[in-house]
Amino acid sequence: MAFRSLALATRKTLTLGLNSTRLTQSRALQTFSLPDLPYDYGALEPAISGEIMQLHHQKHHQTYITNYNKALEQLHEAIQKGDSSTVAKLQSAIKFNGGGHINHSIFWQNLAPIREGGGEPPKGSLGWVIDTNFGSLESLIQKINAEGAALQGSGWVWLGLDKELKKLVIETTANQDPLVTKGPHLVPLLGIDVWEHAYYLQYKNVRPDYLKNIWKVINWKYASGVYEKESA
Amino acid sequence: MAASTSMLTSSSFTFPSQGLRLPTRTHPCMKPQKRFVRKDASNVITATYDLKPPPYPLNALEPHMSRETLEYHWGKHHRTYVENLNKQIVGTDLEGLSLEDIIIVAYNKGDILPAFNNAAQAWNHDFFWESMKPGGGGKPSGDLLDLIERDFGSFERFTEEFRSAAATQFGSGWAWLAYKANRLGVENAVNPWPSENDKKLVIVKSPNAVNPLVWDYFPLLTIDVWEHAYYLDFQNQRADYISMFMEKLVSWEAVNARLEKAKAEAAEREMEEERRKNEEEWKPTDDDDDDDEGLEMYVDSEDDSEAE
Repeated sequence: MAFRSLALATRKTLTLGLNSTRLTQSRALQTFSLPDLPYDYGALEPAISGEIMQLHHQKHHQTYITNYNKALEQLHEAIQKGDSSTVAKLQSAIKFNGGGHINHSIFWQNLAPIREGGGEPPKGSLGWVIDTNFGSLESLIQKINAEGAALQGSGWVWLGLDKELKKLVIETTANQDPLVTKGPHLVPLLGIDVWEHAYYLQYKNVRPDYLKNIWKVINWKYASGVYEKESA
Repeated sequence: MAASTSMLTSSSFTFPSQGLRLPTRTHPCMKPQKRFVRKDASNVITATYDLKPPPYPLNALEPHMSRETLEYHWGKHHRTYVENLNKQIVGTDLEGLSLEDIIIVAYNKGDILPAFNNAAQAWNHDFFWESMKPGGGGKPSGDLLDLIERDFGSFERFTEEFRSAAATQFGSGWAWLAYKANRLGVENAVNPWPSENDKKLVIVKSPNAVNPLVWDYFPLLTIDVWEHAYYLDFQNQRADYISMFMEKLVSWEAVNARLEKAKAEAAEREMEEERRKNEEEWKPTDDDDDDDEGLEMYVDSEDDSEAE
């Protein structure tokens, strides 16, 4: 799946355990690191300020990764010790922080500077299926923005592909829940972060303005690529 | 020391979103419609909620919490909750209820109704502004400090747990110090064998708009950990914001006053529960009384005219 390959691409592999004989089956613990943005922090202005992009990437996303790695290490230990209490206790930290890493890794790909195609409407099969299912791109955007604006608290609004039903869906998830938590056959094409940290310094409480402007830097090429691959 | 204390004071203790039985609070819809009215300055009676200003000027919490933050947080966020609530309840059964009653009704035992978010957030923010004061912080004293030391071990341990709850509420939400009087931690069942030890202070955290009123607790102190509460001043550094709040802003006077009120209300509630229990014990028996069905079967086995 597209998003997983992104996360894996940033992975370093450490092998724990001092010997690698067959008898001691030591499992490799993969740790994750912050992926580079494919553009400068200021490249998405004026839609999203450089200040926000830098904080969002270097602080928020990095923190999710740091905490995800920590939780995975603790999980690894707990599994090896057969400590079920700890295994169960760690699940929420893994969902929060792992989800945060997954979601933000997709998000950086969902954005592009205008001079690199940000904002250009989707062509090809994705453009066609959007028009067929939603009437027009504008209508799709309106629906996504309505869902995003209505989301209480923190979360994401997604354009996804339901691989089983073979159709596009608009979904929201709370906190850092990945789209797959809403349905195992859902593949994220496009996610918009509506946590306050994604827009507050620039748009303050006016989330609808953020949602209106972000479309100027949405990278439809990425979404089309995922769509074509997953609907093949 | 009661074994349940450690469970209650665990900083990772979050409540299920399940419903609340309300044995003592009469459900608003079950009593005759009480019109809740407010009079504004011109003495005109309106059944809407007002945006109350904080009990200090918007710049009074500087340099710890900036004027800009108050302008947006109170002037935009809080204001919007109040305005939207007023629009939402017009012409509905919720119109005319007190804010606290709207919160309980709209919480609907966890199956949240649309007005809940705005009502609860309007209440939460009033409570938040009043939880702070210029020159706040420091330590509480008197009964409040005694209770804190009894239920948390020490003021330092209380602070540690409160900060931890605030820091680990993932996403948007609130951390609370609350007074829990004879309510158990499971769906807030009423404790059948209440004692003085069951009236205790607890730290709880809640997501989004949820607050301890829905669990029938008495809130004493809160910190808003939605990002809008600290982002302008602290960006992603929530821990620094929490430290600042504890050290510089907490109004222990407000917490104290709330505790006294909570103890009084808890005592009153206890008396009402006693009264109700006594009434039920002395209820006269009746042919139509369901409780006597068992008796009827023995007394009058040939007559099944009253059987279903």
